[in-house]
Amino acid sequence: MTLLLDDEQRMLRDSAQQFLATRSPVSALRALRDRGDERGYDPEIWREMADLGWPAAVLPAEFGGLGVGYKGLGAVFEQVGRTLAATPLLSTVVLAGGLLAEAGSASQRDLWLPKIGAGEALLALAIDEAPRHDPTQVTLRAWREAGHWRLDGQKEFVLDGHVADRLIVVARSADAPGHRNGLSLFLVDPAAAGVQIERTWLVDSRHAARVRLARVQLDDAALIGAPDLAFDALDCVLDRARACVAAELLGVITEAFGRTVSYLKERVQFDVPIGSFQALQHRAARLYVEIELLRSCLAAALEAADAGADGAAALASLAKARASDLGERTLNEAVQMHGGVGVTDVLDIGLFLKRARVLQQAFGDGTFHRDRYASLRGF
Amino acid sequence: MSGIDEFRAEVRRWLEANCPASMRTPITNEEMVWGGSRVSFQNEDQRIWFERMRDRGWFAPDWPSACGGGGLGPREQRVLEQEMLALGCRLPQYNLGIWMLGPVLLEFGTAAQKSEHLPRMARGEVRWCQGFSEPNAGSDLASLRTAAVRDGDDFVVSGQKTWTSDGDKADWMYALVRTDPQAKKQQGISFIMVDMKSPGVTVRPIELISGTSGFCEVFFDGVRVPAKNVVGDINQGWGVAKRLLEHERAAMSKFTEGGAPSLDALVVAAPYLAGGGPVWRDRMAAALMDQHAFSLTARRLQEMALAREDVAGPGSIMKLVQSEQESAKYELLQQLMGHRGLSMEGEGFTADERAVCRLWLYTKSYTIAGGASEIQLNLIARRVLGLPA
Ligand SMILES: Cc1cc2nc3c(=O)[nH]c(=O)nc-3n(C[C@H](O)[C@H](O)[C@H](O)COP(=O)(O)OP(=O)(O)OC[C@H]3O[C@@H](n4cnc5c(N)ncnc54)[C@H](O)[C@@H]3O)c2cc1C
Repeated sequence: MTLLLDDEQRMLRDSAQQFLATRSPVSALRALRDRGDERGYDPEIWREMADLGWPAAVLPAEFGGLGVGYKGLGAVFEQVGRTLAATPLLSTVVLAGGLLAEAGSASQRDLWLPKIGAGEALLALAIDEAPRHDPTQVTLRAWREAGHWRLDGQKEFVLDGHVADRLIVVARSADAPGHRNGLSLFLVDPAAAGVQIERTWLVDSRHAARVRLARVQLDDAALIGAPDLAFDALDCVLDRARACVAAELLGVITEAFGRTVSYLKERVQFDVPIGSFQALQHRAARLYVEIELLRSCLAAALEAADAGADGAAALASLAKARASDLGERTLNEAVQMHGGVGVTDVLDIGLFLKRARVLQQAFGDGTFHRDRYASLRGF
Repeated sequence: MSGIDEFRAEVRRWLEANCPASMRTPITNEEMVWGGSRVSFQNEDQRIWFERMRDRGWFAPDWPSACGGGGLGPREQRVLEQEMLALGCRLPQYNLGIWMLGPVLLEFGTAAQKSEHLPRMARGEVRWCQGFSEPNAGSDLASLRTAAVRDGDDFVVSGQKTWTSDGDKADWMYALVRTDPQAKKQQGISFIMVDMKSPGVTVRPIELISGTSGFCEVFFDGVRVPAKNVVGDINQGWGVAKRLLEHERAAMSKFTEGGAPSLDALVVAAPYLAGGGPVWRDRMAAALMDQHAFSLTARRLQEMALAREDVAGPGSIMKLVQSEQESAKYELLQQLMGHRGLSMEGEGFTADERAVCRLWLYTKSYTIAGGASEIQLNLIARRVLGLPA
């Protein structure tokens, strides 16, 4: 067990860095936004990412997995954050692929995992309903009726839900909201009768969907795992996603911070570089300190995800809480230290600011994860 | 089993057989054993543990055996530390000589200095203090003025040091003195070892806000110190001191990794958290997460060092983070305890309450001593981030 990358993971990271720098730099996101792209990602680049093996990275070996683990995939996410690449990696691979691998039936796995690994199918997880993330609060109802399942309710903030070939819907089939017990997972075809999908435009130029299910009828084959007992697998997969989002945030943070430090060295006021002012130096140094601490937490969270270790949940919350808070702080500081140009659209810093905020809310912010960490530590 | 696993098993067996049960409980300030000619033990277990570790050479596990050390490589040393931590073994003694001066003597000392000082140090027979700071030389250490003037085979030292931790209990001091008043600030300084029993040395303790008397003023009035006690070249002491301060970080981590008189925040907090509401819960979680992040960073640094990666950047944050977190921890506990956290002594308060109040005051010095937090931030900004002076 180590917090450092092995040679293979290092190679994956380096190749991701090179690929993204040439094929999907920040200007690619800008272009996507400016042409009002309806998909919110570039299928051509996604295909190239699939050729590099990214969507298969963490799949089981029999489905062509690369065997680089979440530590390897996390290193890719960090690079994704550095160039703000728009990819369906999180929803399709980590969330949907993870849930199918973890809880899916043999036929579900055989049907979907190869397509996911090849980048040929997009899936999305429909979980959040309220303004803030909290999986135990799911209310979307699932019940048995005349030998079928029926689903009724509404989901929001479904990342990539507007382009998904299938949705994985988290539904409450028993118990009251607030309970871990009573949750079930269903594989839903967005074209099925009663499913309505509405694209929402997020501030970071990517999209999410609002999904309405009106008495949607499903048969047993749509159920993933045992009814009512989805929480543990869901939480485990969410933790991996939280760690990957934290990795992407680390990339966003380090890139924005690096650009800001460069600006502190270049920009001259009062005849000296502004980076010689101690007030700014200390604030920059404090950000550096937090970045190093986050890097350690993230490495430990990814390591624990790979090992399936006991402490994995607490570490995921640790990493996601710190990444969420630090993303907020670093990007606010980055804007402030750039002065007026920091609030213009010409400068990329604004794009980093926006991505950081979306990632902050994805699967729990600092407040949510401190509360969860407290529970996990037994108080 | 690989060599290192065998070593781990052997270390664990030895510790289990030799570390008395009472030496495997968290240590308090009063229970720390300081090596030196006046070493004293409060009980038999302390003495046994001290002597067994001493005879095994594990006061200085990584020094060569010829110098009285344990001869362990970095990996083995780490294993020893890990096993001691895992079993909750206390440090058998606290010793600035071994942790700070020793590595510098190994690097810069003459053969005569090594054979005179290292073996005695490694047996815990000499207690050292650090004479760097002066009334007008704190963060700006290089402005120090204590003078050492050459006279035959000796230097004659005159001036004043201050904030000298345990100056009244130490046998020897390593000090920075000015040997060339004409040279530029950093250039005329030498690093010298002074026997505290020398005629002309006067020590006066200073009382602290925590009620303890951790440190002293030390006056030198024409003190004769043999020139052979200069470490490194004359007027080159600044470089030696900088090296020594690098070891200070490692020494600090001895205090953090199980060796410090530190309370388990969650255990202490539990009774006061009950019924405290979501705000206290959030603050407590944040504090524990900070600690968690720090210990993971310590682990990452170790792994990077073993993999021979450059640790200068992340290494630079450790003193700052550690000291601020310890201090913040007692701030939080004290506030959580409300008015019950406001007494250091006497009846009507639990031992935890008194300890928190005392440690709240005691840890205030952590962010000042050994390079104040602002100085740490300057270093990070300039050396790591490359921001202009
Ligand atoms: C518990 C304790 C034990 C100690 N033990 C020893 C010992 O054994 N031996 C020894 O030699 N010394 C010892 N010291 C002294 C310690 O090293 C000094 O206190 C420390 O270097 C700070 O110096 P100062 O107290 O003179 O504060 P000052 O240097 O006067 O600092 C006052 C304030 O100004 C800030 N400041 C100073 N310069 C700058 C700058 N350039 N930029 C921004 N802010 C700045 C500081 O951060 C601080 O907040 C000890 C101190 C303590 C508290």
